[in-house]
Amino acid sequence: MNLSRLRKIRIVVSLLFFFSVSFLFLDIFNLVPASYFKPVLYFQFVPSLLSFLKLFGLLSTGFIAVLIFTGLFGRVYCSSVCPLGTLIDILNRLKKRKKKIQKFTFTKPFNMIRYSILVLIIFTLISGTNFGLIFFDPYSNYGKITNSIFKPLLISINNFANSNLEKLGIFLLTPIEFTGVEFTALIFAIVLFMIVLILSYSNGRLFCNSICPVGSLLGLISKFSLYKISINEETCLECGSCEKYCKAGCIDSKNKFIDFSRCISCFDCFDSCPTSGLKYESVFSKKKINKPAESKRYFIKSLGLFSIGFMGFQNLKKVSVYVKSKLSDAKENYSTPPGSKNSESYSSNCTACHLCVSVCPTQVLQPSFLEFGVFNMLTPFMNYRKGYCNYDCQKCSDVCPTGAITSLNLEKKKLVQIGIAKFIKDNCVVYTQKTDCGACAEHCPTKAVHMEPENNLRVPKVEEEICIGCGACEHACPTVPYKAIYVEGNLNHKTAKKPNIKKVEQKINLKEEFPF
Amino acid sequence: MFCDKEIFMSSPKNCCLKNNIILVFVKDFEDKFMKRREFLKKGTIGSFGAAILLSNYKTIYPIIRKIPADNKYDLVAIKGGEPEVMFDKAIQSFGGMKKFVRPNQSVVIKPNIGWDVNPERAANTNPKLVSQIIKHCFDAGAKDVYVFDHTCDQWNKCYANSGIERAAKNAGAKVVTGNSESYFQEVKINKGVRLKSASVHELILQSDVFINVPVLKSHGSAQLTIGMKNMMGIVWDRGYWHRNDLHQCIADFTSFRKPDLTVVDAYWVMKQNGPRGVSVNDILTMKSQIISTDIVAADAAAAKLFGVNPKEIGHIRLADEMKLGVMDLSKLSINRIIL
Repeated sequence: MNLSRLRKIRIVVSLLFFFSVSFLFLDIFNLVPASYFKPVLYFQFVPSLLSFLKLFGLLSTGFIAVLIFTGLFGRVYCSSVCPLGTLIDILNRLKKRKKKIQKFTFTKPFNMIRYSILVLIIFTLISGTNFGLIFFDPYSNYGKITNSIFKPLLISINNFANSNLEKLGIFLLTPIEFTGVEFTALIFAIVLFMIVLILSYSNGRLFCNSICPVGSLLGLISKFSLYKISINEETCLECGSCEKYCKAGCIDSKNKFIDFSRCISCFDCFDSCPTSGLKYESVFSKKKINKPAESKRYFIKSLGLFSIGFMGFQNLKKVSVYVKSKLSDAKENYSTPPGSKNSESYSSNCTACHLCVSVCPTQVLQPSFLEFGVFNMLTPFMNYRKGYCNYDCQKCSDVCPTGAITSLNLEKKKLVQIGIAKFIKDNCVVYTQKTDCGACAEHCPTKAVHMEPENNLRVPKVEEEICIGCGACEHACPTVPYKAIYVEGNLNHKTAKKPNIKKVEQKINLKEEFPF
Repeated sequence: MFCDKEIFMSSPKNCCLKNNIILVFVKDFEDKFMKRREFLKKGTIGSFGAAILLSNYKTIYPIIRKIPADNKYDLVAIKGGEPEVMFDKAIQSFGGMKKFVRPNQSVVIKPNIGWDVNPERAANTNPKLVSQIIKHCFDAGAKDVYVFDHTCDQWNKCYANSGIERAAKNAGAKVVTGNSESYFQEVKINKGVRLKSASVHELILQSDVFINVPVLKSHGSAQLTIGMKNMMGIVWDRGYWHRNDLHQCIADFTSFRKPDLTVVDAYWVMKQNGPRGVSVNDILTMKSQIISTDIVAADAAAAKLFGVNPKEIGHIRLADEMKLGVMDLSKLSINRIIL
C-alpha cells in the first residue's frame, strides 16, 4: 500500500471531524439540526468516557473504539479526531507556508509534566469532581476557544457584512443580536489559545505530548500498539528528513529511534522520506497534497479581538428608572439546564466544552465563574439575565456529549422543574410605582406566574407547583438593579404539574349584531 | 436623540454608540470629521469609516400623513368569514387599498409575531390576514412591503412557527428581523407624558405607509392587547415602558406615529392567559375583524367585541384623553358587515 496515502486519508478525516465539530459550534443561523452532527461527538474521548460512566449506554462507547484503535494503530485519535489537534496542525501550517521549510527536531519527552497532569486528573475524577478535565480535556478546550473567540468573531463579521450588504439593498444575511461572552470564559479561552498558538508555532504537537492528558493516556497505550512506525535500518539513509517533518518531535533519526508513545500517527514522515526508510510499506510518493484554504485567518483574528472587547462594553449601557429596586435578588442556587437531573451529577460530568452554550438559541446558557464553586468554574449555568429557557426547545440535551445533560423528549422537558420563581414584592413596579407592569406574567409559558386584580391594578402571583424555572419572568422583569422576580435553582430537578387550562366557555353567534 | 448631522458634530461618540459602532474608530472620527468632504472625496467610501458615517447621515423624520378626506366610514367591523375574505370586503368600504398606498410607495406591515407558537394558538396575527394585506398593497402598486416585529421569544422561531414568515414571503414581502438593536433609531416623543423618547425600528421611520395588524388578545397587565399595545413591537427598550407606567407609555407612543391603517385580527381570540396563552383551550373562534384609520377607535371597538368596556382599559382611556383618537364609538360612522 502506498504509505503516503495514509497521510491523505488522515488529513481528510481530520478535516472532516474538525469542520463538523466547528460547524456544530458555529452554526449561527441554525441551518442544520444539531442532532445531525452528534455522531461526530461520539468519538470524542473524554465526553464519551464520562457519558459512559454515567449512563452505561451503548450510545457512549466511542471511547472504547478510540482505545481499540489506539491499541491497533497508535494515536490516530490525536491526529484525526481531536479538533484541538487539528487546530494545532492548522496553526502550524500557517507558519510552514511562510518559511517554506518545516524544521522540527527530536525532543526529550517531558514525562514529569505529562504524567503528573494525567495522574492529577485521574485522581480528581476518582474523588468525584472533574475539575481537572474542565481545564485539560482537549475537545472541551477546543469548544471553549471556538465558543468564546471564533463564534463572536463570526457573528461580528456577519453583522458587519450584513450592514454593508443592506446598504446595497442585498438582504442575504440577518444580523445577530449577541449578548457577549462571559468574562472568565473569554480570558480562559484567550490564555489557552495563546498557549496553543505559541506551542504549536514553535514545537508542533508539544501541547499534545506534554500537557494534554488524553494524549498522555493514549501514549501509554500506543507504546504497546500492534502496528508501529519504525525505522528500517537497512534502507534508511540517516538524512534526518523525517525528523524535520515530525511535528510530534518523536523521531530520533541519528539513533534510528521513534518514541511511539508520542507519535500521533499523522503519517507525515512517510511522505518526507526519500527512500523507503520507514517501515511497513515500500512505495512512497512525493506528490504534494492540496493545501486547504486557511489563509484568511490572520485578518479574521485581528478584526475579532477588539469586536469581542466591544461586545463586552455594550452590556454596560445605562438604563433610566424612576425608583430603583432595593432588595437583593441573590440566589442560593443557580439552575442547571433541563436534563441534568441534579447539580451533583451535572457538575461531575460536565467538562465545560461549551457546546450547549454555543447551540443555545436564547443564549441563556452561559459559562459560570463562581456560580457553582471554584471547582466547577466555566461549567455552564442558566443565566437568566442573558435570556430564558425556550419552552419548546431541548437543544442542549440533544447535543451534550458527556451525559451531563441527558436526553429528554420535549413533552418531558416541559415538565422538568429546574427552579422555582420567587417574587420580591417590595421590588415590584406594581407596588413601588403603583402602575401596571406584568412583564413576568406575559412571558410565562405555563402561567405559573399570572396577574391577579388588586386595588385597580394587577399584581403578579406565583403558582410554584406548575413553575418550571425557565426564567422568562426573571429575564423580562424590568426593575433595576435588582429583579422583583427571580428563579431559585433546584439542586435536584423535580417534576412540575401540568398547567390545567379550562376551555373557554362562551358561545358565539356569528349572526348576532356587533356590541357597538 | 436623533442622530443627524448637528448632533453628530456635537457628540459623535454618543451618536456612534447608539448605532453600535466599534469604539475604536470613534476617536479617529473626531479628528477626521471636520474634513469630511475631503475624506469622502478621497474615494474611501468603501472603507469602514465612511460606511459608518454614511449610515449616520440618513436623517429620518416621521412622516405625518393625512387620513384620506373622502372616507365614508371611520371604522369597519365585519364578521362571519375567513380572515382574507373579511379583509377583502372591509377594505372596499374604505375605497380599497389604493386610498392608502400610492404607486411606488414603500409599506411596512407590523403584525404581532411576539411568540413562538403555532397559528391556532392565536398569540400571533393570523398569517392568512397578513398575506392578504400584502397582496392588496402590491395590487395598489406598492414598491416594497416589509414585515417585522420585535419579538418576545426567539425571533426566528417566532417567525417560522407563527406561519407569518412563509405567508409574507410567498406574498412577496420582505421579512426583516426586529431583534437587532442596529435597526433602531432614537426619536423624541414630544407629546409624551412619561415616555419622552424611544428607539424605533428604522422601517417605521422610512416607510411611506404603516399598517398595524394586531391580534385581539387578553393580556395579564394591559388587560387587552390590540392596536396600541401592538406598537410596543416597534421599539427596542420595552423594559422602560414597564417600569414607567405601562398604560401611559403605550398612549404616549401612539402620539409619535399613528398607523395609517389598523386591522384588528379577531378571527381566533385568546380570551384568557394572554398574551402568550398556554393551550388552544384559551382560544375562542370569533371570526371577526375591525379596520380603522383611527387606532384608538379600533381598539375601543375591539375591546367591546371582547366584552370589555374600553374605558376600563388604561391606555385606551388615556389615548382618548390625549385626543389621539376617538374612544366613543357613537361619534363615529361605522360600517357593520355580517357575512
